[in-house]
Amino acid sequence: MLLKGSARKTKVVDDINTDYIISGRYKFKIQDPYELAKHVMEDLDPEFYSKIKKGDFIVAGRNFGCGSSREQAPMAIKYAGISAVIAKSFARIFYRNCFNLGLPLIECDTDNINDGDELELDLDAGKLKNKTKDFEVAVNPFPQTMQTLLNDGGLVEHFKKHGGFKL
Amino acid sequence: MSEKILSMHSGKDARAGEIVIADLDFMIGQDGTSGVAIDVFNKMEGKKVFDPSKIAIIIDHSSPSPNEGVSAIHKKIRDFSKTQGINLFDIGCGVCHQIAPETGFVGPGNLVIGADSHTCTYGAINVFSTGIGSTDLAAGMISGKLWFKLPETIKFEVSGKWPKGVYSKDLILKIIGDIGADGATYMAAEFDGPAIEALSVDARFTISNMAIEMGAKAGLMKADKKTIDWTKKHSKKVFSPVESDKDAKFAKTVHIDVSGLSPQIAKPHTVDNVSPIEAVEGLEIQQGFIGTCTNGRLEDLEIAASVLKGKKISRNCRLIVAPASKNIFLEAMKNGIVQTIMDAGGVFVTPGCGPCVGTHNGVPSDGEKVLSTANRNFKGRMGNNKAEIYLGSPATVAASVIEGKITDPRKYI
Ligand code: SF4
Repeated sequence: MLLKGSARKTKVVDDINTDYIISGRYKFKIQDPYELAKHVMEDLDPEFYSKIKKGDFIVAGRNFGCGSSREQAPMAIKYAGISAVIAKSFARIFYRNCFNLGLPLIECDTDNINDGDELELDLDAGKLKNKTKDFEVAVNPFPQTMQTLLNDGGLVEHFKKHGGFKL
Repeated sequence: MSEKILSMHSGKDARAGEIVIADLDFMIGQDGTSGVAIDVFNKMEGKKVFDPSKIAIIIDHSSPSPNEGVSAIHKKIRDFSKTQGINLFDIGCGVCHQIAPETGFVGPGNLVIGADSHTCTYGAINVFSTGIGSTDLAAGMISGKLWFKLPETIKFEVSGKWPKGVYSKDLILKIIGDIGADGATYMAAEFDGPAIEALSVDARFTISNMAIEMGAKAGLMKADKKTIDWTKKHSKKVFSPVESDKDAKFAKTVHIDVSGLSPQIAKPHTVDNVSPIEAVEGLEIQQGFIGTCTNGRLEDLEIAASVLKGKKISRNCRLIVAPASKNIFLEAMKNGIVQTIMDAGGVFVTPGCGPCVGTHNGVPSDGEKVLSTANRNFKGRMGNNKAEIYLGSPATVAASVIEGKITDPRKYI
C-alpha cells in the first residue's frame, strides 16, 4: 500500500490527548462522523480541519492519543480524510481503536518532519519518504494481527467476513 | 500476574509480547461509548449477545441527560439492554467503575474489558481489566472474546509509614509525576509492598484507577485477606486469585517510600505536572469537586466530612460532591456525612461522573480554577477550555474550599 499526502503537524507535538483530538463537548452532541471530523484538533488549532486535503497525514510526537477510550477520536481523524497518523509513540487504547477502525498508525522519529512536508508512505516496504526534505526513514512493520485487521478494513469488516475473530 | 490471567483465559502459555485471543469474564460500557458500540454491533451484523449476564451498561457520564442528543443515546442504550436482556444501570446508580466491583460482577483472577479508559480500576482487586473502545466492546458482546497483546510489567514496590493527611491519591500522583504520562505505555503496572497492604480496598482503587494516566494497560495488586473479605461481601461468585511468581521478571522495578511524602497536586493541563502542595499553597480556587471513579467512595466522603465538620466553605468558593454510587450516597446519608458536608455549604449531585468530564453539570467559567479529586485535568476536561483544573486528594479539596485557596490538609487533620 502506497500512501501520499502532506504532513499536518500542530505546535503542540507530545501527549496530544483524546480531548484535543475531539473535545468532550462534541462527542455526545454529534453522531455523524463527517460532522465530528470538522472539529478535529480544534482546541489546538481552530483551522486544522480546513487545512486537511484528503490523504494527508497527522504528524506528532510522543504518546499521541492518550486519555479517554472515546472512539470518536480516531473516527474524527479518519473521516477528516487523514490516511495515517505518524508519531513517535501512541497511547494503547487509541492504538487498538485505530486498527479496529482500519486507520494505520506509524511509529518513527518525527522530529525532522515539518507541517506541510510532502510525504510518501510505503507500508509494504516499511519506508517513509519525506519528499520536501529528501530523506527516508524505516518504519516498523505491523504485527500480523494488525496487518490482517488493516487488510480486512477494520474489525467490523473482519467480523462480517469471518463471523468472529480469525486473527 | 498479567501473563497468568491472559494465559488462563486463552488456553495458551503466553508471554509478554505475544498476541492472544482470550475469553472474557465480564464487560462494561457507559453512556459515552455504548451508543457507538451498539451501532457497531449492528454493523457487524450481531443478532444476540453471547451472554447477557456478562455485560453491563451504566448510564453515568451524562446523567440525567442534559439535552435531546444525549437523551437519544440513552434511549438507544435502554432499548438495546432490554431487547438483549443485559444488565442496565440507569441514571443515579453510580459510576461504572464503582458499580462493576460493588455489584459483585468482577473479582480476583478475572479478565474484564470496559469501553472506558479507567476500567483498569479493578486491578486493585486482582482483576486484569483494561479500557478498550466501542468497536472492541461490540466484538466482545458478539463473541465473548477479544485480542490482547501481553504487556510487560513495571513493578512499584511501596514501603514506609503513611504520614497523617497523606493518602493513596498523593502516592499515585507522585508516581505519575515521576514517571510521566507515557512512562508505562503498553505495560501493566503492579503495586505491591507494605504501604499498599496497609491501605483499605477503597484507597487501593484510587491507585489502580490512575494507572492509565501513565499509559499503563492495567494496574494490578495481589489479592490479600482484605481483598478476599471485600469480594465476599460484594459477590457470591467464586474467584481464582493470581499472584506473581517469586522469580517473575519485570521490565523495571521502582521503589518508593511514603514516609516523607507530602500531599501532591497535579497542575494544569497534564496529570504528570505534579508538585508537592508546598509549591502551590495559597493559590485561589473558585470550585472544589469531590467525587469520580478515583475518589468518590465512602472513605473519601468520610475524610472530606471529617475536615469540613463544623466549618464553613469560603464565600469565594463552591463545593460539588458526586458520590460514586447510590449505595455510597445512602450510606453517607445514614452516618451523617451528607449532613456535615451540606452544613458546611457543599452541594450534592446525582451519583455518577458528576462534573468530571464536563458534559452535564458543574462547568466552570472562563479563567476559574477548580481543585478536583478526579484523575484528569486536561484542558477543557470539565467543559470549558478557559478554566484550569488542579487535582488532589479529598482531604486537600475539603481543606482548600474552607479557605478558598489551595490549602495543606495536614493542619485540619
Ligand atoms: S468519573 Fe470521570 S474518569 Fe471516571 S468514568 Fe466518569 S468521566 Fe470517566
